[in-house]
Amino acid sequence: MTRFVLTRLAQSLVALAILSVVVFVLARATGDPLHLILPMSATEEDYANARRYLGLDRSYPEQYVTFVARAVTGDFGTSLRARRPVSELIAARLPNSLKLGAFAMGVSLLLAFPLGVMAAVHKGTVVDRAAQVIAVLGQSLPTFWVAIVLIEVVAGRLQWLPAGGVDGITSYILPGFTLGWFVVAGMMRLLRSGMLEVLDSEYVKLARVKGVVEARVVWLHALKNALIPVVTFAGIYFSILVTTAIVVETVFAWPGLGRLAYEAITSRDFPVIQAVVLTTAAIVAVVNLSVDCVYGFIDPRIRYAR
Amino acid sequence: MPVLDVRDLRTHLITRWGTVKAVDGVSFTVDEGETLGLVGESGSGKSMTCLSILRLAPRPAARIVGGEVRLDGDDLLRKTGREMQRIRGKKIAMILQDPMSSLNPVFSIGMQVKEPLAMHHGLRGRALFSRAVDLLASVGISSPADRLLAFPHQLSGGMRQRVVGAMAISAPPRVLIADEPTTSLDVTIQAQYLRLLKELQQRHRLAMIFVTHNLGIVARVCDRVAVMYAGRIVEAGPVEQIFRAPAHPYTKALLESVPRLGDTREWLTAIDGQPPDLAALPPGCAFAPRCTSVMERCRVDAPPEVIVGEGRTSRCWLSVAPSPPRRDAGLALGSSDGPPRA
Repeated sequence: MTRFVLTRLAQSLVALAILSVVVFVLARATGDPLHLILPMSATEEDYANARRYLGLDRSYPEQYVTFVARAVTGDFGTSLRARRPVSELIAARLPNSLKLGAFAMGVSLLLAFPLGVMAAVHKGTVVDRAAQVIAVLGQSLPTFWVAIVLIEVVAGRLQWLPAGGVDGITSYILPGFTLGWFVVAGMMRLLRSGMLEVLDSEYVKLARVKGVVEARVVWLHALKNALIPVVTFAGIYFSILVTTAIVVETVFAWPGLGRLAYEAITSRDFPVIQAVVLTTAAIVAVVNLSVDCVYGFIDPRIRYAR
Repeated sequence: MPVLDVRDLRTHLITRWGTVKAVDGVSFTVDEGETLGLVGESGSGKSMTCLSILRLAPRPAARIVGGEVRLDGDDLLRKTGREMQRIRGKKIAMILQDPMSSLNPVFSIGMQVKEPLAMHHGLRGRALFSRAVDLLASVGISSPADRLLAFPHQLSGGMRQRVVGAMAISAPPRVLIADEPTTSLDVTIQAQYLRLLKELQQRHRLAMIFVTHNLGIVARVCDRVAVMYAGRIVEAGPVEQIFRAPAHPYTKALLESVPRLGDTREWLTAIDGQPPDLAALPPGCAFAPRCTSVMERCRVDAPPEVIVGEGRTSRCWLSVAPSPPRRDAGLALGSSDGPPRA
């Protein structure tokens, strides 16, 4: 198990290294940030000065090496737009994103588990149909549209909840729901199909034959098996959550990492783009690593094989 | 009084294509220390009968619509769900077909063996542990304490089946239902396992129902046999008598399809035709379309169950009217030239 974790850790580091190159190149492919920073009246000389000042006059390999050398110490340089250290910007935004992400994930788990399990146990009934509707809508409605409709109806017409910004627990509800819905839908469907398969198995039959209480059969004997595919996808869902967060945070004016990424991309703020992408990638890598560990914890066949 | 007394049990499956009478008026008894073989082709209702006894026939499709299942005189069909939970695994245990898949892959052997002990006997801690160790040892598992920590995938098929056996006798129960417990095992392991089951049965004086389609196994382990066809018992009685002189053409055909050592036949006799579609049974005898001794009457009226000897019954017009049948005189009762014993 230790060896497995170390291997995965090394793999994650390699992935991050490759990603640093990709993001470095892609950011620069979007165009010259100075066109957005300098005023219309700027002269050739102003451009040259600014370029030298920001270190953009050096060759790409040279810039990359400086970027990496500083990044490993946690220094991502200075934002071209905000003129502040990038690490400061991230430190200010990251907690907001983590809180929203945790809220969304918590909500989705709380909804997905009962819905998925009950849909399988009561297959073909009203419960099952309702769950299917939620799943289909969750996976087919575009996030930005859901966000706009919620703002328009719940925050606008009904005035029940704030339309954006961070202001107490109520402000988490709309963005959290929008962000979590997609995950609820996917997880619920996975759980339902997993449970259906497992509930039909011989070992669940044997548990019943032994006289195990039905609730224990469903929530322990069956669910632990049905959890295996769900955990496998949990990492993927987390990545989707991170991507979706860019849209959700932008629409709900949520001061998180996603909106920072959006702002940085629109203003070609290279250091910020690079830092945001690498930070999120590192988080995704950590989540995937823990998912793999949980996987081994649930399924002894994997724990012993490694 | 028999330990288990099943009377006119009826389990119907409600399907899109209509109501299927999976178990259609099945009656039998099993005494203490006795083994009843339940024989028939797939789909004849053997497994459904067993699951109905435990009230575990797959819901919502299956419904027990009539009859009685008396365990020591107490009708199980009148019990509440909670009462049934205390009977399953404690009074009536069942061994399922496939040892490879009847243990839960994500829980240790220990957890699975201890579960019924904790549930039905309230054992905890050291007492629970030592009882689990004793149980595994009693089914011939070596170093049982270590095995408790193992997971199913770390054990061989034979070993897993022993674990399942250990769980079944943990109470020990009054009735043990074994649903084709050896079909998926190697032949050598099969023999060992049958011996183990017999031994456990004798030790605990279990009333055992042995479901199988293997007549060789019936001859080895069963005292009485009930042959099922299309949800009904078509013939029942002591194994020896039925093997020597089957009264029902279906039993006869089954016996003829078994290969034997020293067989001089070039071809085994197969039973022509398909098992009947339970959703569309013929009006008369369900076996009539495949029967070699079929008469006019068979296609119109279903034959009643008649007593054809000491503890023997048959559901066939041939047994009702012992007047010379049109074909196959060997089937008449008391004839000396029935098929040789298996």
